[in-house]
Amino acid sequence: MTAGASEAILGILSAGPGSTLQDSGRHGYLRYGVTAAGPMDPLAHATANLAVGNPAGSTALEVSPGGIEVTAEFASLSVAVAGGEFEVNLDGRPLPPAVGLNLDEGAVLKIRAGRSGSWCYLAVAGRFVVPRVLGSHATHTRTGFGGVNGRAIVAGDRLRIEQSGWSKPSPGAMVAPWLDRPVNTVRVVLGPQHDYFADEEIAAFLAGPWSVSAKRDRMAYFLDGPRLTHARGYNIVSDGIAMGAIQVPGDGRPIVLMADRQSTGGYPKIATVIGPDLGRLAQARPGTAFSFEAVSIAEAVAARREEAAWLSRGIVAEPLLRTHLSSEFLLGLNLIDGVVGLDTVG
Amino acid sequence: MTPKVDPGPATASSAPRFLDAGEAALVVEFGEVVDPAINDRVLALDAVLRADPPAGTREFVPTYRSLMIHYDPLQIDRDMLVAVVRRAMAAMTKGRSKATTWTLPCCYDPALAEDLDEAARILKLCRHEAVALHAKAAYRVYMCGFTPGQVYLGGVPKALAISRRPAPRPPHPAGAVLIGGGLCVVAPFVMPTGWYVIGRTPERLYAAERKDAFLIQAGDNLRFDPIDVATFRDLEQRAASGEIVARKSAA
Repeated sequence: MTAGASEAILGILSAGPGSTLQDSGRHGYLRYGVTAAGPMDPLAHATANLAVGNPAGSTALEVSPGGIEVTAEFASLSVAVAGGEFEVNLDGRPLPPAVGLNLDEGAVLKIRAGRSGSWCYLAVAGRFVVPRVLGSHATHTRTGFGGVNGRAIVAGDRLRIEQSGWSKPSPGAMVAPWLDRPVNTVRVVLGPQHDYFADEEIAAFLAGPWSVSAKRDRMAYFLDGPRLTHARGYNIVSDGIAMGAIQVPGDGRPIVLMADRQSTGGYPKIATVIGPDLGRLAQARPGTAFSFEAVSIAEAVAARREEAAWLSRGIVAEPLLRTHLSSEFLLGLNLIDGVVGLDTVG
Repeated sequence: MTPKVDPGPATASSAPRFLDAGEAALVVEFGEVVDPAINDRVLALDAVLRADPPAGTREFVPTYRSLMIHYDPLQIDRDMLVAVVRRAMAAMTKGRSKATTWTLPCCYDPALAEDLDEAARILKLCRHEAVALHAKAAYRVYMCGFTPGQVYLGGVPKALAISRRPAPRPPHPAGAVLIGGGLCVVAPFVMPTGWYVIGRTPERLYAAERKDAFLIQAGDNLRFDPIDVATFRDLEQRAASGEIVARKSAA
């Protein structure tokens, strides 16, 4: 198989379980029971895409803690990595966790779980050539929709890329301080069914302390912490579920419904994680303690506006510093221009 | 802290409650129970909003008793959205306009109706009584949800009102017709379930390549037409080749 002049292949050399292709989600079909899917950490997903010149909601590879190893075939690819603090490694040499670079033909990029975080995004300048299902590339493995045949990425997959012509002349550390999100407080808007809980139960819910259980996936994060008691029973007639909805089933152990959530459900939802904190929670590792903070709609919208402002300024990359990387490494990458650029920066 | 919502129970005719599901989804709740009059109001509001979606709204999700409106709060703020919904409610027509009635072939042979005998035993019915009751009833599609094209039906005879299982059973096949919690669902995707599989339809409620990928809509009426295993196999093949094997009539 040969690729056209503007085409290349992102070859998957190895992949742990749970890495999938995700765009901003399959929207418009919740009314028919179709899960939206989309990124677990929408802010990091948008950041990685913008860093390679793609629109924010473009299709990117969501890397699970299982990690992934990729290479470029037929041509080099401009890529960016952003998300949790994963270990990123190019041909055996370490790079910062949020980075943009040219992946030369045959070069090997390894991304695996690092010090913190649970999801990481690999964006490629251009677009993944995979079929759309109901207008979207978002993978939902439970129904087999989207991505590569509706499944997670596996070793041996060769993903065709139609390149945009955008290129990254030298590896650069992404300046994206908003990705540094410690999970000590997660902001929520109370409701829609907080009236199923007495005031002291809502206080206990906010105070926690909570931690994400080992039982978690793209559909739901189970929380460990105090048991909550319902004031009005725990069976409600099913209604809609937003991403970040925190439902409390009969056993009193809250479950946060994430990107692969079902469209409707029948347990009271005490609160909903605000959009800007979805990624913060998604990145939490099991065992990390946090509490919830109730905010108003106005505060949640202000946080959204702030997030939109960060992204609208564009993603700046700083040349990698000599203190981070040896000159041998930079020369080894054959990035003379980048090195010269560094010298002029001083 | 957000102020607590008015906990007064809504009736089929009272004003809805506006509940927040975060800062990007608004729930317009017409009631808390399964009631055709409440569901009529949900679907009527959904129809008015879909006909001319207000700027900043993203999608509308009708359920038994409420309409969830997903919106972009940077394009339309919550108070504005509530005002728009109130205006839309003034334009709502009473009752349902044109309800489609579907006749869905359903095989109740225990070979395909894996839990039929178990459910009948729990309900203290014989197999044939259970099948006759289920096949004779007239159903209403209250909502779609859970998996693509899956429909939730009301109108299950009281004698078939069975509690959900205490623990889920292994995944059922595609096309399973299930009862549980006083309701009935037709489930097009293989999933584990806490309900009882009492029949199976050869029809595909979701087919990606079909012009109408989703066959049945909330608000439609539905009946089951009992078929034997041989007919099931025949219709299953025809459905797989793209034919719609359910029958449709405008009521």
